[in-house]
Amino acid sequence: MCLSSALSITRAVRPPRASFVDFPLGHTSGRPHALDEQIALMSEALKGFEEMTHSGDIKTLPFEWQPDHGWKDAVMRPAAPDGAGADSDFRLPRLDTPQYQFESDAEAADSGCPTCVFLA
Amino acid sequence: MVKQPPIDYIERTQKQYEALGYPSYQWVYNDTAIALAPLKKPLSEAKLSLIASGGLYTRGQVAFHYKDDLSYREINVLGCAEDLRATHFAYDLAPVRKDPNVVFPVEPLKRLVASGFLGALAERAYTFMGGIYSARKVKDILAPALAARLLSDQPDVVLLVPA
Repeated sequence: MCLSSALSITRAVRPPRASFVDFPLGHTSGRPHALDEQIALMSEALKGFEEMTHSGDIKTLPFEWQPDHGWKDAVMRPAAPDGAGADSDFRLPRLDTPQYQFESDAEAADSGCPTCVFLA
Repeated sequence: MVKQPPIDYIERTQKQYEALGYPSYQWVYNDTAIALAPLKKPLSEAKLSLIASGGLYTRGQVAFHYKDDLSYREINVLGCAEDLRATHFAYDLAPVRKDPNVVFPVEPLKRLVASGFLGALAERAYTFMGGIYSARKVKDILAPALAARLLSDQPDVVLLVPA
């Protein structure tokens, strides 16, 4: 099963089962440090393994990011000429070297890492 | 309170690319859904394997790069919580760096195992970094590699969590 926050993409890909949660990208399984909601969200999602019996079924989970859906307005909208809306674009340059969260991670990284699998 | 339908990310990406002068992205549209495998045992007895595409890695591993990284990481979910990191070129990393469970739900899944709702969580989870431009490479190289690993782990169900 796929747990998704992007209904349009999931409908196009058509996984065997999907649970859809209408949250902003980057919060597919909940909000930070909201463990009770994360547990409730995951239990609703996992019930889908038993509930969905037809290939391509998508279950919409009963959660709402905010009562007002205005947060959707700015998502991935092109920035205005004055720069308004530019803060909704999180894309970073597509560098081809490892991008560590912390500089110290780079020092700690094992270049022969047995749990890193590089595919040609 | 104003309600809106779910965001059409395909349409918004196309418009964003147009505004930036990029060529249109060729989205994958599958004609048929992938076959569904019926559950063979109740969820309360099932072992679940987790896969996530939000760019999770652990301290000590090589991080993902941002240019069509086809690699994956094996993460031991039983003992990694404080060493989890996230890197990705395309989504807001602030929430996941506060709490990796927002796209890598290990803690809520562990709680569901503890309560008996879910049978077990597979020790090994697999992570990669989505936003790989070539859908063909994902289909022909990365997905079969992950499927082979999952077959050897023998879970009853697999959950894929994109970011």
